[in-house]
Amino acid sequence: MSDKKKKLESTFLNMFLVLLAISLVSALAIGFTYTKTKPAAEAIQKANFEKAIKQVVPEFDKLSEKKEVDECVLYTAYKGEEVAGTAVETVSHKGFGGDVQLLVGFDAEGKIHNTAVLSIKETPGLGSNMTNPKFKDQVNGKNPAEFKLSVKKDGGDVDAITAATISSRAFLDAVGKAVEAYKKGSN
Amino acid sequence: MRVWNEFIKGFIKENPTFVLLLGMCPTLGTTTSAINGMSMGLAATVVLICSNAVISLLKNVIPDKVRIPGFIVVIASFVTVVDLSMQAYLPDLYETLGLFIPLIVVNCIILGRAEAFASKNGVLLSIADGLGIGLGFTMSLTILGSVREILGNGSVFGFQFIPENIDKVLLFIMPPGAFIALGFLIALVNYIKNRKAA
Amino acid sequence: MTGYILVFISAILVNNIVFAQFLGICPFLGVSNKVSTSVGMGAAVLFVMTLATTVTWLLYNLVLIPLNIAFMQTVAYILVIAALVQMVEIILKKVSQPLYQALGVFLPLITTNCAVLGVAILVTQKNYNLLQSVVYTIATALGFFLALVIFAGIRERLELYEIPEAMKGAPIALVTAGLLALAFMGFTGLIAVPW
Repeated sequence: MSDKKKKLESTFLNMFLVLLAISLVSALAIGFTYTKTKPAAEAIQKANFEKAIKQVVPEFDKLSEKKEVDECVLYTAYKGEEVAGTAVETVSHKGFGGDVQLLVGFDAEGKIHNTAVLSIKETPGLGSNMTNPKFKDQVNGKNPAEFKLSVKKDGGDVDAITAATISSRAFLDAVGKAVEAYKKGSN
Repeated sequence: MRVWNEFIKGFIKENPTFVLLLGMCPTLGTTTSAINGMSMGLAATVVLICSNAVISLLKNVIPDKVRIPGFIVVIASFVTVVDLSMQAYLPDLYETLGLFIPLIVVNCIILGRAEAFASKNGVLLSIADGLGIGLGFTMSLTILGSVREILGNGSVFGFQFIPENIDKVLLFIMPPGAFIALGFLIALVNYIKNRKAA
Repeated sequence: MTGYILVFISAILVNNIVFAQFLGICPFLGVSNKVSTSVGMGAAVLFVMTLATTVTWLLYNLVLIPLNIAFMQTVAYILVIAALVQMVEIILKKVSQPLYQALGVFLPLITTNCAVLGVAILVTQKNYNLLQSVVYTIATALGFFLALVIFAGIRERLELYEIPEAMKGAPIALVTAGLLALAFMGFTGLIAVPW
């Protein structure tokens, strides 16, 4: 079939023009998609983040500007004039499949209120069970001063996820970093 | 009739995964569950159909010597479009498949079909070929994902049929299990083929 | 300094590119019949991968970011890699005939080796600086080298054994790779990577 029509010859000008044209069209198409999808991508990210913040700190109606402490980012939540709690965005590099990003919420007394997993790359069905309340809710309501944030194998107070000790350690590592940042940031 | 033949060959006779052994990286890397495998397959199928169609249209315009760079730009553009769209509309899935979405660019299946089929055939046939091979690839990934999910997690498509407190063969959702499960699935395909031939 | 050493060990043993990250499987299965060819392929990948990451790092940080077109990443990277492979091939042919003969045949295969593009994208995602990127890439390529040579060594011996008809070829190779991956899993959690 292809022999019927003659192909464009491989002269320098032809090659140059054709590749230029293809690249231009490609750049236009991608640029167009980017401008179309960018607002949607940002909206989803923002919505997810807001949902996570609402999950981890007690009821609030105003959020402070973000404040960076080491690798973490602190957001203080206010109800009226009172501090309702603090949400800390934190990360651990010790995950099994990559970084573990969490949002850890503290109430006004400095106890851990709740946690939310922002992004993980752990093995589905194993490390990904980190999002399971049975595991992550173990730290809820705990005062970090008296609660050891490590798995029982390492002498701590937390039951590790079955067959995913590394992911469990990464989770607690991230929570621990959040506690440190919270202490530093609230002074 | 010809269109139908080009479509159907991708499922069994020229199945990219079990018979031609192409696109092994996403096959092994994303099949931790049936749904992940299927999503990966579908993303690749979209790119394959679009690139096949466009390359078939452009086949007489692209000079022979710069054929491959031309194809690569076309494929990479579609991959980026899929990548950006998934990021915007399916963020959870995008997170799970991660690096393997941009890597569709170097999936040998796609460049292979462009070179071997789309650059020699008409648009309709090329689309049929892309759809068939793409869905064949999707089918294989779904099967491999299901096998790994059933053995490793006691569930399929997220439906848990072995209670959570019973131990499963965790190995199958970990990296080594990917190689082993795929090895035995290909052996099974070979076994059936050999019996038919005998 | 210890950070660099840890990342080095981690990328070779703990997060091996083939066994833990599933990149570069096609050449891993395709050119592992003989130890001698696998050494050639490994060396070619090491060379091209290091070069590619360096160039794509510069491209990303000096061109794509300033122009605010980071979304063109995939297209730009694959073009750079394809062009780079071509250039290496031409230069090698002119400069060193023996080296060309040793590596030349593997070069065209490298363009579609997803490990090269994969690592280039990974170091971008991880926000490494140039030195970190290069160290990580060399270590990853050495990990690929190691996996490939061990695997080829085992396959050479497998040739001598009686294997069920249906298991011959790809199936036994995949199961072998699975067992190797299992062995490499023993390194999991060996060290914590600082960055």
